[in-house]
Amino acid sequence: MAKLTLPPEEWVRSGHSACPGCAPALALRFLLKGLGPRTIVSIPACCWTVIATPYPTTALGVAMLDTPIESTGASISGLRAAADALGLSDLNVVGVAGDGGTADIGLQSLSGMLERRTNAIYLMYDNEAYMNTGVQRSGATPWHAWTTTTPVGPRARGKAEPKKDIMGIVLAHRPVYAATVNPSFPEDFLAKVEKARDLVGPRFFQAITPCPPGWRYDSSETVEVGSLATETGLFPLYEVEEGRLRITRRYGRLKPVREYLQKQGRFGHLTDPEIDAIQSRVTARWEELLRSERTSAEGRAQPPATDQAPTAAR
Amino acid sequence: MTLEVLSGNRAQSEAVRLARVQVVAAYPITPQTTIVEAIADHVAQGRLAAEFVRVESEHSALQVCVSAAALGARTYTATSSQGLLLMHELLHWASGARAPVVMGVVNRAVAPPWSAGADHTDSLAQRDTGWIQFYAETNQEVLDTVLEAYRLSEDRAVRLPAMVCEDAFYLSHTVEPVEVPTAEAVDAFLPARVGRGILVPGVPSRLGSFTGPEDYVRFRREEAAAMARVVPTLRVVEEEFCRSFGRTLGGPVVPYRLEGATTALVTIGTASTTARGVVDELRRQGRAIGLLKIRLLRPFPEAEVRAALEGVDRIGVLDRAWTFGPTGAVAAEVRGALYGAPRRPLVTSFLAGIGGRDVTPGLVRRAVERLDVGSADDGPVWMDLEPLPEEVVRG
Ligand SMILES: Cc1ncc(C[n+]2csc(CCOP(=O)(O)OP(=O)(O)O)c2C)c(N)n1
Repeated sequence: MAKLTLPPEEWVRSGHSACPGCAPALALRFLLKGLGPRTIVSIPACCWTVIATPYPTTALGVAMLDTPIESTGASISGLRAAADALGLSDLNVVGVAGDGGTADIGLQSLSGMLERRTNAIYLMYDNEAYMNTGVQRSGATPWHAWTTTTPVGPRARGKAEPKKDIMGIVLAHRPVYAATVNPSFPEDFLAKVEKARDLVGPRFFQAITPCPPGWRYDSSETVEVGSLATETGLFPLYEVEEGRLRITRRYGRLKPVREYLQKQGRFGHLTDPEIDAIQSRVTARWEELLRSERTSAEGRAQPPATDQAPTAAR
Repeated sequence: MTLEVLSGNRAQSEAVRLARVQVVAAYPITPQTTIVEAIADHVAQGRLAAEFVRVESEHSALQVCVSAAALGARTYTATSSQGLLLMHELLHWASGARAPVVMGVVNRAVAPPWSAGADHTDSLAQRDTGWIQFYAETNQEVLDTVLEAYRLSEDRAVRLPAMVCEDAFYLSHTVEPVEVPTAEAVDAFLPARVGRGILVPGVPSRLGSFTGPEDYVRFRREEAAAMARVVPTLRVVEEEFCRSFGRTLGGPVVPYRLEGATTALVTIGTASTTARGVVDELRRQGRAIGLLKIRLLRPFPEAEVRAALEGVDRIGVLDRAWTFGPTGAVAAEVRGALYGAPRRPLVTSFLAGIGGRDVTPGLVRRAVERLDVGSADDGPVWMDLEPLPEEVVRG
C-alpha cells in the first residue's frame, strides 16, 4: 500500500457545493490540511462564497469570515490586529480569494497588506476568470482565452491582452515567502504550506486551479489539466524565500503547450501560429525562470529595494 | 476628572484613549487628520495599548475594523466626506455583520466642487446603511457621545455600529473647555469588550454567509429589531452615564423652551447653539418659540420628536446639506414623523450653512420671519443665498 503523504484530517468537509472537478475546492482543502484548525479564513465574494454552502451550514471545519470582493488584504490585516490585541498569537490568519478579487479589484488591499507586513497568509486561487459570475474575463485570463466577455468571432480572438503577472507584483513587495502551488501536486503544495505556516510576516500563494465549466473541459480531467499546466512550463512551481528563488518541480524537457491548450474548449479556436506564439513565450519564460534561480542563488533575484530597511514582519 | 481645552477632534481621540480601543485603522482626510494623529501619538507614547493599522484607504480602514470586531476587538476609525463615501459598501457590511464599530465622522462637504467646509451631505447620504448616527453640538458632547456609543453599540440588545458626527472646523478645529473623566471612571462605565466576537477561532463558524430569501429577510428583520432597541437602550446607558460622570447627555432629542411654544426650530449639530440664542432673544420679545435639537438621527426618534413638538403650529427645520429630495433630509424625517400626528403642524425646510457657510443669528431670525408667512408646508428655502423678495411673499 502506498504511504500516506498528506495529513489525513479534512477541514473542507463533504457536502460542500463545488462543481464536480473544482480545483479551487482542492486548493483550500490542501491549504487547510497544512494549517490545521487554529486557522481563520477570510473569503470575499467568489466561487468559495457558494462552495462553503449557504446559511446556516458551513463546509469548513474552521472559522470563516465573508467580506466584499475587494477587501481580502484589509480583512486579514484586521483579523491579525485583533488576534494580536486579544492574545490569539497562535492563530493562522488566512485570506483566500479568486484571481479577480486579488489581481483586479482587490489589488489595492493586497498591496496594502503586503506593504504593512501583515503577519498572514494570502492564497489566490487562479481559475483565470470571474467564474462565480459566469466566466467573465479578469486580468489573470491568459492571452486569447475565450470568456463570455472576450468572445471569439471574425473580429475577436478571445482576450487580446496577456495574463497579469501577479507574482511579479507580489514579489515587488518583498513578502517573507511567496510560492506557486498546484493542487495536481499535493505533496509540493503541502510542503510549501507547512514551510509558510512557520514563518512570520506576509506570505503569498498563487494556486493554479482549473475550472471545468469555465475552461470547458470534462470535469474528470481537472488533475490532468492542472498537471499539464506545470509540465508544459505554463505554470511553473517555485518558491521565493528571502529573495531566493527555487524551482520545486524541475523538468529536463517540458511537454508542448499544445497538449495543455487542446484539452480546453476556451482555447479551441487557436490557430497553429497562435499556439506557436504561446509556445515560444512559455519556453522563453522557463529559461528566464532558470536564470532567475541561478542569479537569486547569488543573491540577485530581484532589483535592489528602494528601501533597504529590514523587511521584518509586523 | 480634569477640565481641558480641547478641539472636537481632540475630544474624539481622548475618548478613544479612555475607551481603551484595541484596534484603530484610519486613512487621512482633512479635517479628520488630527483625530488619528493624536491616536497614533497615544499609541506611540504608550497611553493606549492598541494595534494601529495604517491602511491604504478608508475602504480598507473600515474592513480592518469589521474583521477585527468579528473576533471580538473594540475598534475605531474616523473619516470625513469623500472617505465616508468610499466606505459605503463596507458600511452595510459593518451593520450586517453586527460589528460594533465606532466611527468619528467630521462632517465635510462633498466634491465637486472641492470644499472642506462643514456640510452634512456625507453622513446623511449614509443614513440608510444600518448605522446609529449621533450629531454633536459641542466638544463635550463629542467626547461623551463616543464613550456612550461604545456602550450602546456593544450592548447585546443592539450590536450595531455607530457614527459620532461633528461639524468640520466649527467643532473639529475649535477649542472649548471639556471635562475629561478619569480612566477609572470610564473603565467602570465602559468595561473591556471581551470574548464577544461572533467568530471563534478553532470552531467551525461563519459570518456573512450566502442566504436564500427565507433567511435573508430574517437577518434584516433582526437588524431592524436591534435598531428599534437603540432608543430604550440609550436611556439606560445615559442614566448610567449620568451616575458615572455627573453629566447628562440629553437623550435622542433635546427640547429647549418648547413649553407653550407655537413655533419651533429643529436643528442638528452646531447650528443648534445659534438657534438657541435666537430662541432666547425672541422669547424675550414675547414670542412663543422653542427649539428641538436632534442628537440621534438614526434610528430616527419619531415618537420623541412627535411628543416634543406637540402643540406647535409652525416648524422650521434647518438642514446643512442638500440631498436632492423634496426637502432637506432632516426636514423630510420630521415631516414623516408628524404626518400621522393628530394636529399636523406646517413644516418648512430651510437649507442653511451649506459647504461651511456660517449659520448666523440673522439667518435664523430671517428663517423665523419666513415661517410666519404661508399656509402650507414650504421649502426648500436656500437661506445661504439672498432670498429674492418674491420668494419671501410667495406661499
Ligand atoms: C463590488 C463588487 N462587484 C462585483 C461583484 C460581483 N462578483 C461576485 S463574485 C465575482 C467574481 C469573482 O471572481 P474571482 O475573484 O476570480 O473568483 P471566482 O468567481 O473565479 O471564484 C464578481 C465579479 C461583487 N460581489 N462586488
